[in-house]
Amino acid sequence: MSTGKGNPILRASNITKTFGNNTILHGVSVELAKGEIKILIGSSGGGKSTLLQCINCLVVPDSGEIEVDGMVIDITKKKDLYRLRQQVGMIFQDFNLFDHLTAIDNITIALRKVKKISREQATQRARQELEQVGLGDKQHLYPAQLSGGQKQRVAIARALAMDPKILLLDEPTSALDPTLVGEVISVIKRLAAKGMTMIMATHQMSLISTLADEILFMENGRIVEQGTPSVLLAKGNKSRTRGFCDSLNDLVGEEG
Amino acid sequence: MELSPFYQELFTSLNRGVVMSVALIVPSAIGGVIIGILAGVIRTFGGRFVRAVGDGYAAVFRGTPLVVQLFVIYFGLPNLGIYLSPYVAAVTGFMLCSGAYQSEYVRGALLSIKSGQYLGAQALGFTTFQTIFWIVVPQAVRRAIHGCGNEIIYLIKYSSLAFIVTCIELTGEGKTIATEYFRFTEVFMVIGVYYLLLVTIAMMILKRIEKTLYVPGFGRS
Repeated sequence: MSTGKGNPILRASNITKTFGNNTILHGVSVELAKGEIKILIGSSGGGKSTLLQCINCLVVPDSGEIEVDGMVIDITKKKDLYRLRQQVGMIFQDFNLFDHLTAIDNITIALRKVKKISREQATQRARQELEQVGLGDKQHLYPAQLSGGQKQRVAIARALAMDPKILLLDEPTSALDPTLVGEVISVIKRLAAKGMTMIMATHQMSLISTLADEILFMENGRIVEQGTPSVLLAKGNKSRTRGFCDSLNDLVGEEG
Repeated sequence: MELSPFYQELFTSLNRGVVMSVALIVPSAIGGVIIGILAGVIRTFGGRFVRAVGDGYAAVFRGTPLVVQLFVIYFGLPNLGIYLSPYVAAVTGFMLCSGAYQSEYVRGALLSIKSGQYLGAQALGFTTFQTIFWIVVPQAVRRAIHGCGNEIIYLIKYSSLAFIVTCIELTGEGKTIATEYFRFTEVFMVIGVYYLLLVTIAMMILKRIEKTLYVPGFGRS
């Protein structure tokens, strides 16, 4: 995996966001090279979700610049935002599958309406993606008939069908029953192995330690620490990240 | 068994009336639902101006008696040079009135759709219009369907007000016979049975629609 080689595929610089009197992001900057995986950690309220949602402008930043694959996004232009979002896939904590559509139609509707692909081609593509996440046999089930892990896998398939250049994952396993976390993690790991560029907020130690090219520790709307896991998590390192991850490990220890 | 002249005449008239009633109800119900969805969407998502127009429409048509609305449409509009036949006037009035009520059911359903559904669509690159049209409205329709069905059943019964604008339907025909023979109780009881049948048929159709639209997670079929 290349770190910092060539031009970054995503550059978000100096992103600020304030809701009322509450400043959530104080000029945060993130860069991603192609194939790179960065992981956001930190306690809730630190601004991880807001940062991710600012990157694809689901929350429009107050200021800052976003550039995807060399194209600067004009965040005041709706057209630019729609184009940005087509190139940046997003996975949510609570899946956000369309409740009135079957697994396969959740995928085809975006292909047909946004990418204007024919129904036939869209169906074929959707079927492929569902098989990739191991849900080839669940195509015609509705979200209400799927387990949490299955829903998240459909959501991943849906995002991937759009051929995104980058994937944003906002705590993809946090809403899942512990027994279902594994199936989602293995799908994400497979994506990483295929070289998907990702930025992910997660508290899942197995993802942090095995996937991260870089860890970004966020607190009060700032990135307060960043570095590779091998450095930040090294024994004897007094980093905040290490302390945070230790407490995550302790939790797992207690539960297990 | 031969029916008495009274009943022969009664049933001939009521059958003629029921045909007119159905001719009033069907387009009014369909039009009402369409207007209701449009007005509901506008009142929920529209910009400030169109929303004010939508709210104004709903306030006027829910706030005034249908009788008054029909009077204005049939007897008032000619002053503006708009002449409607009794049938068209009645259907117009029913549609507008029913649409105003329907818009409230639709609006409630639209507001009940979770924000995650919008986020999910927006994140995929849907435009605001596409999100509303393809994701939010289809879900809201399923949530609103019971309320909308209720309004249609109510419409079946207030369609009898068509006689106000001289459009003679089921109730109007019956009333003529009742006055002629002076047998109000029998006539109106038979009319009641006719409406009961109409409503029963409507309920069966609505059930069928509910079944067709059924999706797991949106109530039972």
